[in-house]
Amino acid sequence: MRYFVQKLGFYAVALWAALTLNFFIPRLMPGNPVDIMVSKLAAKGPVTEATRDAIAAMLGTDTEASLWQQYGDYVSAIVHGNLGTSVAYFPASVGQIIDQTLPWTVGLIGLSTVISFLIGVGLGTFAGWKRGSWVDNLIPFTTMLQSVPYFWLALLLLFCFGSIWQVFPLNGGYDVYTFPGVEASWGFTKSVLYHGALPALTIVISSIGGWMLGMRNMMVSTLSEDYILTAEAKGLRPARIRFAYAARNAVLPSISGFAISLGFVVAGSIVTEAVFSYPGIGSALLMAVNSNDYALMQGIFLVITLAVLGANLLVDLLYGFIDPRTRARS
Amino acid sequence: MAIITQDPQPAVAHVPATPRRRRLRLPRAPKLVLGVSIASAVVLFGVVGPYLVGNPSSVRDVGLAGPTSEFILGTTQTGQDVFAQLAHATRGSLTIGLVVGALTLVLSAFFGIVGAFAGGWLDETFSLISNVMLVIPGLPLVIVISSYIPEKSIWLIAAVLALTGWAGSARVLRGFTLSLRNRDYVLAARVSGERSWRILSVEILPNLIPLLASQVVFAIIFAILGEAGLSFLGLGASGSFTWGTMLFYAQNGLALRLGAWWWFIPPGLLLALFGAALSLINFSIDEIINPKLRAQTRSDRKKWSMSRAQLKDAAEVTV
Repeated sequence: MRYFVQKLGFYAVALWAALTLNFFIPRLMPGNPVDIMVSKLAAKGPVTEATRDAIAAMLGTDTEASLWQQYGDYVSAIVHGNLGTSVAYFPASVGQIIDQTLPWTVGLIGLSTVISFLIGVGLGTFAGWKRGSWVDNLIPFTTMLQSVPYFWLALLLLFCFGSIWQVFPLNGGYDVYTFPGVEASWGFTKSVLYHGALPALTIVISSIGGWMLGMRNMMVSTLSEDYILTAEAKGLRPARIRFAYAARNAVLPSISGFAISLGFVVAGSIVTEAVFSYPGIGSALLMAVNSNDYALMQGIFLVITLAVLGANLLVDLLYGFIDPRTRARS
Repeated sequence: MAIITQDPQPAVAHVPATPRRRRLRLPRAPKLVLGVSIASAVVLFGVVGPYLVGNPSSVRDVGLAGPTSEFILGTTQTGQDVFAQLAHATRGSLTIGLVVGALTLVLSAFFGIVGAFAGGWLDETFSLISNVMLVIPGLPLVIVISSYIPEKSIWLIAAVLALTGWAGSARVLRGFTLSLRNRDYVLAARVSGERSWRILSVEILPNLIPLLASQVVFAIIFAILGEAGLSFLGLGASGSFTWGTMLFYAQNGLALRLGAWWWFIPPGLLLALFGAALSLINFSIDEIINPKLRAQTRSDRKKWSMSRAQLKDAAEVTV
């Protein structure tokens, strides 16, 4: 029980840190955000004093309230789910934009991460079990794929399967010509899967190497443990030793290393979405950046952070469940 | 990417039946040699290349021409020499990697090693800070920070990338230092009255060097990839040439739709090659730290078997 309380406490601190970072970044930056926006707008046309006041009001810098008061207002607004109004998608609120885009990203990243984890850990188990086999020789190759930037791989796949051999669609999350909007039908699901295939493939290809290598290395270390020797001496079947004894112990660091991996995958998929114009949160972030939509940008940062923290909390709780030692120790 | 906080393994090398000195001294040499040679070729290109090519920004009237003898890698939409751009971009990306690598080393060593060595509340605090930094996704944070700064220098981007990327290394270093701290020889040094900074720098730090090296290499990969992603979104340093900015201009110049492969393939390929080379170096370092990981291929294992003469000797001994 203490383990779970500790974990919850840690994530509460992390959440608070993220909220505070989000609040202080615009205020700590050199220069006044209002000036920056005005200068960016001035490049496109003359800026009147009224526009300036409007921008100041929008960014909340026109108040005379103290920093602490602003911080309090900010936290209470977030607790109430009020993230402000988007400029890029005016008059939609930031919350609405996130509602629309988040399911796409969660579906894409969630599904491809699970696929990549399962395949990677599975192949890593075999590579570690049979060292020198063809799977083991695949490892340097998959690691090379891992150092390929996500967005370049996406560009390459798009070039091959979108432009040269027109197998997959060039962009979008579903066929916008056939379906007017999101609907729950078999045809729509097929269209989503068809459009999501290339982005998902990009994420799987780029992230599989890390899982494979980590699992393989742990498998190798685990196999030299004494209890494996004991299990072999007892005459257990190799399959049982491989899965119930070796793989079960070797997979633990991969699971506890989930935090780092997920950060990478999320970062990579933001850029991937930009390449595929996928209607997810990464494209919305890019849109926000290009149109100086600070409210949307901060809202998206907050939601991404929340999602990553949530996923990690889930994995940590699961970890405490599958590895009894973590509960016993704390 | 799964990072494994491994316990330091006692360095027990596999002793083959026929002792081969050369193999023991250079474990898994092919990987290291390949990695170092690719990496140094790229570095050489980045250092020397820019002096040998023309101005990467000069505009010509041969737009989007394929590779010719005059322009080895063709031209961009506005007739800029892609090869010249590539040389300058390599230098830019490597600079970022180097600066971030150094900054990350300092930050992660401070938070990881010093915290773990001092113990107590300092360790708790440092560990909490690095764990929090670890779970907050880096790239979105970098995007938010850099979109607030209109004129960014390459140094600023490097600083932001280092600030968001040190936490993973710090955690790995902390795990390793914790186990070193309680080794017998460190306790002996403590008992014999050595000062803390001496124990840290003479007893502990040398044992951390391979791990530090692999963390720096990892940080360089992370930085170059991160910068490329940032530049690709149009948030990179202003007026700089990196692999990411090249890809950004290629994407915006519709290189993909127009089939101008010579524009977007080379920067990504170079990036992937350099990353792969650094990974290979990292593998070799890992295998030096943890001899268990040394891959044994079938041909390797065959070399371990005893020769006929040895078998005969062995048979005579047992008989």
